[in-house]
Order: sequence, then structure tokens, then C-alpha cells
Amino acid sequence: MQPKGIPRGRALAPPVTITAMLRISRALIDQVVAHARADHPDEACGVIAGPAGSDRPERFIPMVNAERSPTFYRFDSMEQLAVWRELDDRDEEPVVIYHSHTATEAYPSRTDVSYASEPEAHYLLVSTREPDETEIRSYRIIDGVVTEEDVEIGEALSAAQE
Amino acid sequence: MAIEVRIPTILRPLTGGAKAVEGSGDTLDELLTDVDSRHAGLRGRLVDDSGLRRFVNVYLNDEDVRFLGGLGTTVKDGDTVTVLPAVAGGAR
Repeated sequence: MQPKGIPRGRALAPPVTITAMLRISRALIDQVVAHARADHPDEACGVIAGPAGSDRPERFIPMVNAERSPTFYRFDSMEQLAVWRELDDRDEEPVVIYHSHTATEAYPSRTDVSYASEPEAHYLLVSTREPDETEIRSYRIIDGVVTEEDVEIGEALSAAQE
Repeated sequence: MAIEVRIPTILRPLTGGAKAVEGSGDTLDELLTDVDSRHAGLRGRLVDDSGLRRFVNVYLNDEDVRFLGGLGTTVKDGDTVTVLPAVAGGAR
């Protein structure tokens, strides 16, 4: 699939015959981009949690990149344990796992694919290589297979949904 | 009494879908061998010839076993061992 523009300022379309899609609020996308820009040129990473089974990203959780590297990221192991326990306690799951590429396109690298370990998560990649334009794309990564999916950014979706 | 081993989603096909399994042993190494006897293949996903795999996090209660004794870490009944795949990647 080719890179495509992100629809802006548009209400959510009715369900159509798209098999994979990430629906996410503008506010959450803005938080991911702000985190990626703040940590540039190092890669930024984090999670957007949502109710288990809902596929709705709702709670933004920026994570420390323990590698503090422009070409690699890894969640700090103790922070990950604390966050994963909190998700369990709240009956949430990591709906989105995001990270930035700071000098290359927002497409999963071989490294991304080989370490992808959450088959139910949307892997959201943002590229900050261009100072004034942020590429945002989303993927499923299951058993080493990358499938790009559409990203629908909803102005109507907000942290206050339901 | 036994030691609880919490299993991440990606490894649950090896445990019949169970989120946690039980095992016994005096060290993490023995525990993983014991658990592998009932859930074949689990140990191999966590351990290779050089020890714990680099991109798997294993915790004893609240501690990363890398900061304890790795595979030699002492475990006892009532402990909880949590396995989480590292979340990692990057452009490199």
C-alpha cells in the first residue's frame, strides 16, 4: 500500500468494507506527534490504552525510550511492568503501540517486525525526518507479516467519549 | 503451593490459552524446565544457549530477573513470575 494523506477535519465515515483500520482522535494524534517532536532526533515510544476488546485508543501513555537512540527504541523494563499491571487492573490493553523514526519513513523496519510482540495492537509509526511535516501510518504486525491499515482521525472522537 | 508464571498473549498458544500456569523449582532455570514439561516449547521462547533471551523480560514478583540472578535466581512457592515480551524496535 502506498503512503496516503490523513483525512483532516472530517467526521467519521460510516463503516465500509475495510478490513483493517485505526480510528483515533485528533487529540491523541497531536499528543503522539508532540512526543515524537520533543524527543527528536532520538526515537520516541509509548502506548495508547483502551478498554480490553474495544479496539478504542483512549489513554495516552508516553514511555521512556531506555535506549535513548536515534535508531532504536525499547521500553524500560520496569516502567513496562508497572504500566502493563496498571492496564490489567483497569481491564485495559495496549490498543496502540507507537514509536517514531527520525531519519527514515514511517514504515516498519526489519527490527520493528522481528520484535513486534503484541499481535492485537496497532503499530503506529510517525516519521519526524521532515521538520514541518509528520508522516503518520499504522500497521498490524503478526507472525512477521506487516499489513498497513488506514488511519482515520476523528475530530469527534475525544478523551470524553462515553 | 506453587509458583505462578504469568504468560503474555503472544505465548498463550503454548499454554492452551491460559494467562497463567503453575510450576515448581528452586531456581528460575528449574521452574522453566518444569513448566516446559507440560507446555512444550515455552522454555525455548524465553531461553537460548546464552541464557535469557535479550528481548524477553522476566520478572520475579516486582523485580526484573536481570537485576537478580538471571536463570539462577532463587524462586519459592508463592512467588509470581511474569513474562513480558520487550517492546522494542527502531529504524536501525
